[in-house]
Amino acid sequence: MKNYLYSIILITIFLFIWEAGARFVNTPFILPAPTEIAIKLWELKAELLLHHLPVTLAVIAIGLGISLVLGIILAISMNISKTLEQAIYPILITSQTIPIIALAPIFVLWFGYSIWSKVIVTIIITFFPITVSTFDGFRSTSKELKELFQTLGASKRQLFFKLEVPSALPSFFSGLKVAVPMSVIGAAIGEWLGAQAGLGYFSRRMMTQFNGAGVFAPIVVLSLIGIILFITVVLLEKYILKWRRF
Amino acid sequence: MREQNNKLALQFKNVDFHYKNDAEEIPILKNMNLSVADGEFVSIIGASGSGKSTIFRLIVGLEELTGGSIYLNEKQVTDRSGKVGYMPQQDLLMPWRTVQQNAVLPLELHKESRLDRRAVDSLLEAFGLKGYENKYPHELSGGMRQRVSFLRATLSGSNVLLLDEPFSALDAMTRLFMQEWLLEQWKEQQSTILFITHDITEALFLSDRIFVITDTPFTTFKEIEVPLERPRRQQDLGNKEVTELKNNLLDQFRMRV
Repeated sequence: MKNYLYSIILITIFLFIWEAGARFVNTPFILPAPTEIAIKLWELKAELLLHHLPVTLAVIAIGLGISLVLGIILAISMNISKTLEQAIYPILITSQTIPIIALAPIFVLWFGYSIWSKVIVTIIITFFPITVSTFDGFRSTSKELKELFQTLGASKRQLFFKLEVPSALPSFFSGLKVAVPMSVIGAAIGEWLGAQAGLGYFSRRMMTQFNGAGVFAPIVVLSLIGIILFITVVLLEKYILKWRRF
Repeated sequence: MREQNNKLALQFKNVDFHYKNDAEEIPILKNMNLSVADGEFVSIIGASGSGKSTIFRLIVGLEELTGGSIYLNEKQVTDRSGKVGYMPQQDLLMPWRTVQQNAVLPLELHKESRLDRRAVDSLLEAFGLKGYENKYPHELSGGMRQRVSFLRATLSGSNVLLLDEPFSALDAMTRLFMQEWLLEQWKEQQSTILFITHDITEALFLSDRIFVITDTPFTTFKEIEVPLERPRRQQDLGNKEVTELKNNLLDQFRMRV
C-alpha cells in the first residue's frame, strides 16, 4: 500500500484542482466537477451496473477470449514454421496500422448493432500484443537448454510442453498485461460507434444530451473494470510464475 | 587406478568430423581413435577452440559424424541422444523448476512410469541437497547448482558421464571442495567420467589419464597417465613427479598462447 502513497497524493491534488477549476468555469455540460460526477454515478448506479455493465463485460470477455486463442495459435504457428512467420508477421504489423475508428462503422454495417461489431474492434486491438509477446517468449527459449533436452532424448512434444511453454510464459503475461486494459478501450470504442446498450453507448447518449457528468460516470466505471482486470492478471502471474523473484 | 573390468565404456573408431562454413570445411577430427575403460576418469585439456567440446557434442549426438563410428559400452550407436549423461558448462537448470524437479528431468522424459522416489531422495541426500528439494535454482549457491546439474546427469541412468568444464564458473575455494566431492561421487556411483577442463591442476588431481589436444585438426591425443594413487588429497599435487608433469604441460601450452 505504501508503494501507492505518492500516486494517491498526486491524484488527490489533481482532483482538487479539477474541482476548483470546474466550479470556477461553472459550465457543467463541458467540465463537470468530480463531486458532480460522483453524485451522478450514485444516481445512475442501478442503470449503469445492472443494465450497461453486463453488456460491456460480455464484449470484453468474448473479445479477449478470442484474442487469447487467436494470439496463442498464431504465436505457436510462427514458432513452428519460419515460412509461416514470414507470411504472418508483416500482416500482423499491417493490422495495427489500420485506423480502427475509421473502420468501425463498416463493422456496424456488416454485423449491425449485434455484439459482434464491438467484439471485432476489441479483437483487433488486443490480439496484437498477445501474439507478439507470446511469440517473443517462444523465441527467448535458451538454445543451450534446447540442446540439453535433445541430449536427453526429448521428443518434439516434450520439448514444447516442458521447455518452450514455460520459457514463453513470462513474456506472455507481459503481453496480457498490455492487452487487458486495451480490451476495455476496444469495447468502449465499439459501443460508442454503434450500440443499443453498454457503458460506451451510455456515455455517448449523455453526450448528445449535454449531460457532462453523465458522460464521465460510465467512463469511471470503465476505468475501474480496466484496473480490476489488470490486478487480476498480475495476481495470476504472481501465482503461476511464483519461481520468479518479484 | 581404480580396479576395472576390461570393458570399454567409450570408443571412437576412425572418426572424422568437420564443421561446414559457407565457403569451406573446417576439419576438427581426422581419423581419430580413442578408448576409455569402464570406470575410468579421463580429462581432456586443450586450448580454446581446439575441439574439446566438439568431442562431447559428437558423443551426445548434437553433431553428426562425417566418418567413422562411436561405440558405447562396446556397442556401435548411431542415435546417441539420451544415451549418456551430460553436464554442460553452465548449470542450465530451469528457473521454473525446483531442485527436485530439475534433477528428475531425465526420468520424466523417458516416461519412467513410476519415479522411484526413495532412490531420488537418497541421491538428493548423497549430493548434499537434502532440505533444498523444493528450492528454486536462484536460491542456491553456485556449487549447489552444479551439484543439481551433476545429479541430473547421473539420473540419465548412463554409466558414461560427460562433464564440460563444470567448475569453471566457481570461486577457487568452492572449486577445490567440488573436485573432492566429485571424486567421492565417482567412486560411489562407479561411473565413467570424461571431463573437459582448462585447468591443468584440476586435470591432474581428478584423472587417471589426461588427453592433451595439441593441434587442430587432430588424429590422436597426447596421452598422460597421472602417477598418483587413490584416494587422493590436494596436497599430493605437491609431489615432485606431478609438479614436473605440470610444468611440462604448461610449457607446451605456453608456446601456443
